[in-house]
Amino acid sequence: MSTQPLLHMTHISKSFPGVQALSGVELTVERGEILALVGENGAGKSTLMRILNGVFAPDSGQILWNGQPVTLHSPHDAQRLGISMIHQELALIPYLDVGKNIYLGREPTGSLPGTINWSKLYAQARQQLDCLGLDIDPRRQVRFLPLAQQQMVEVAKALSLDARLIVMDEPTSSLTEREVETLFQQIRALRAQGVSVIYISHRLEEVFAIADRVAVLRDGSLVGCKPVADLTPEQVIRMMVGRELSQVYEKGDEASAGDVVLAVEHLSREGAIQDVTFRLHAGEILGVAGLVGAGRTELAETLFGVHPATSGTIRLNGQEVTIQRPAQAIRSGIALVPEDRKAAGLFLRMNVATNIVMALFGRLARWGIIPWARVEQIAGDFVERLDIRTPSLQQRVRNLSGGNQQKVVIARWLTLEPEVLILDEPTRGIDVGAKAEIYRLMHQLAGRGVGILMISSELPEILGVSDRVLVMREGRLVGEFDPRTATQDDLMSAATGSGDSGRNGQ
Amino acid sequence: MTTATAARERGFEWRPFFQRYGLLLSFGLLCLFLTLASDRFLTGDNLLNILRQSAINGIISVGMMMVILTRGIDLSVGSVLALATVVAADGLRWGWAPLPALALCLAIGGALGLINGLLVSRVRIPPFIATLGMMTLARGLALSYTEGQPITGLGEGFRQIGTGYLGPIPMPIIVAGLVFLGGYVLFNHTTLGRYIFALGDNERTAFLTGLPVKQITMFVYAASGALAALAGTILIARLNSAQPSAGEGFEFDAIAAVVVGGTSFEGGEGTLLGTLIGVLIIAVLNNGLNLLDVPSFYQSVVKGAVIALALLLHRAIR
Repeated sequence: MSTQPLLHMTHISKSFPGVQALSGVELTVERGEILALVGENGAGKSTLMRILNGVFAPDSGQILWNGQPVTLHSPHDAQRLGISMIHQELALIPYLDVGKNIYLGREPTGSLPGTINWSKLYAQARQQLDCLGLDIDPRRQVRFLPLAQQQMVEVAKALSLDARLIVMDEPTSSLTEREVETLFQQIRALRAQGVSVIYISHRLEEVFAIADRVAVLRDGSLVGCKPVADLTPEQVIRMMVGRELSQVYEKGDEASAGDVVLAVEHLSREGAIQDVTFRLHAGEILGVAGLVGAGRTELAETLFGVHPATSGTIRLNGQEVTIQRPAQAIRSGIALVPEDRKAAGLFLRMNVATNIVMALFGRLARWGIIPWARVEQIAGDFVERLDIRTPSLQQRVRNLSGGNQQKVVIARWLTLEPEVLILDEPTRGIDVGAKAEIYRLMHQLAGRGVGILMISSELPEILGVSDRVLVMREGRLVGEFDPRTATQDDLMSAATGSGDSGRNGQ
Repeated sequence: MTTATAARERGFEWRPFFQRYGLLLSFGLLCLFLTLASDRFLTGDNLLNILRQSAINGIISVGMMMVILTRGIDLSVGSVLALATVVAADGLRWGWAPLPALALCLAIGGALGLINGLLVSRVRIPPFIATLGMMTLARGLALSYTEGQPITGLGEGFRQIGTGYLGPIPMPIIVAGLVFLGGYVLFNHTTLGRYIFALGDNERTAFLTGLPVKQITMFVYAASGALAALAGTILIARLNSAQPSAGEGFEFDAIAAVVVGGTSFEGGEGTLLGTLIGVLIIAVLNNGLNLLDVPSFYQSVVKGAVIALALLLHRAIR
């Protein structure tokens, strides 16, 4: 075995019209190493990985694979060398079974030309899955598997291609804590077999839990690459944003809890939430923690009328309201910023102004005619107020960064001046700088008397931002905590049902 | 470095240029070619003729575009046209005045379209299937209603919509022009227009934003049916006869015009100007092929090839 690193990308530069996406980036990956690649959105991570995957050609620089210079023209070239990418959005076909997915396009041929030897295919698939210690039936359709297992099927596919280096882009963004732990065990097992992994994530705790080294990109340059042991999360954040981040979780003024704005009593929906009772005060940020699938999103959707409740009452400012559809919730003064902003929060092909004003059109228009001048003025105000970075109001939302897209969704609801704002995973996939801005905005709104219900899987966020925390498990509220005294472990044990789930903060 | 970047940027500006004007350019080239190939093409009479011939497809295409913008399709326009016009023609034969007959025709078209809309939005039948069913059903009803016979003798007053003039301009062009004007206002200046685009862009977001998704869907199908019926009145007025077999294949001309005009089948994207040019391209093509004495069997081949080419070009410059 040579002493060369497995991968050495050297002096990589790439520019697009008007942007220098990468300049002189150096990156090495040793055999059997887990390298975390971190950086804010737009720092150049995906460009670098696309170059490694043969999607883009670099303007200058070289890729050395086992010390040999290589030129990659397509993902296929990369695959042949042993480089596999696992994207955030999985590339599996849901209606095909596991075995067919793993060997898609490379099915072992049967005795007649053009036929497939199915028994061989499933036997090989079984073997690949065993290698990873996975107890998955290769004949099961992929859509029935939990996300974490789907991810492992992707890994099995990569290994069946003899991958020596696997790039994982935000692999945990839709996994539960337990699934993340399973994934980590398997990544460590890969490392033990000499496979290298480039791990891209926004979640620093994970980076510190799994990686051997951390490479930080900022504005297209490598600002540092060090063993995790020599770094602290604070140092990494500072390297990523290039400035002292006084505090990401900046508390607003001490919560001056106002009147109860939203009172929910014994709210239930078949198969989703059971007997949920809580109150939300004006000016309060109420955090809702829990594992994925605990019923948090379902609670938000029930309050917002996406799926109406089967029993229980919802009161707004003391008045009982019936909410069967989102339109009714909106009229009552409730707004929901959904978990998946691209699929459920944005009109990606429409421009910034239209996206912001969409919910307000009905109120602005006379006889159905849109007063465009007024629309532009309102949209302009919100772009300024929320500091949405866009070249113009006519820019398509698709072209904005994740943080700015999220601000557009929030702005849309603010045009209606809601009394209750529900935010489901408001900072998912958003870089640290934009996160801080979203938190500041939430505190501002709370300061103006809006009641905020924030669902989040990130416990530091829950504890750092909320005035009060509810924990859900299996569709029920199982605990209430004061974030000033509660720890992540308290929330976790309530969420998982281990240990006592006390209502300490009352 | 700076000059290199600048050069690349200048090179890149071709793309938005073609995205914007590519269609207009192709249309211009087509006209230029025909002007050179036939001295009968660029004459006032011929151009007016092209516009008049494109009026029917133009009117249907505006409705089709609304439907396609919401990720739908309306295969029933030809049959709806036939059913609405034979019933209206029957009314005229029984001595109805032109305006009530016209209103009846539009109402039938709108009602049939509304049924499409209900099937798509409430029963959640895929648009292709729902309107395919309506296509067969309406055709069958038109044939049963007339027992397969054409209805003739519509009266001079009614025929004005097809044969009359407003000053020097034939009525069909006036009607189509009004439809496009209405479409322009709807798309660019009304909430409903923005909602149609929003629904096609992302139905889930539209629902979660509180937009009346079902009503919007019903509107676009009803509008498509009513516009098909309106186009039908021009057709029967010109022929002085309503045929139960009228309008066969009209859905394809309309879909072709809309798609050549750059409206995306993925919904939420398209311009009315594009659709107008799409309609004109198809009309000019028909006209040109006749002027050049291309045998009718080959005309289809050329038309198909041109449509495929236009879509390829659209793909390439996107």
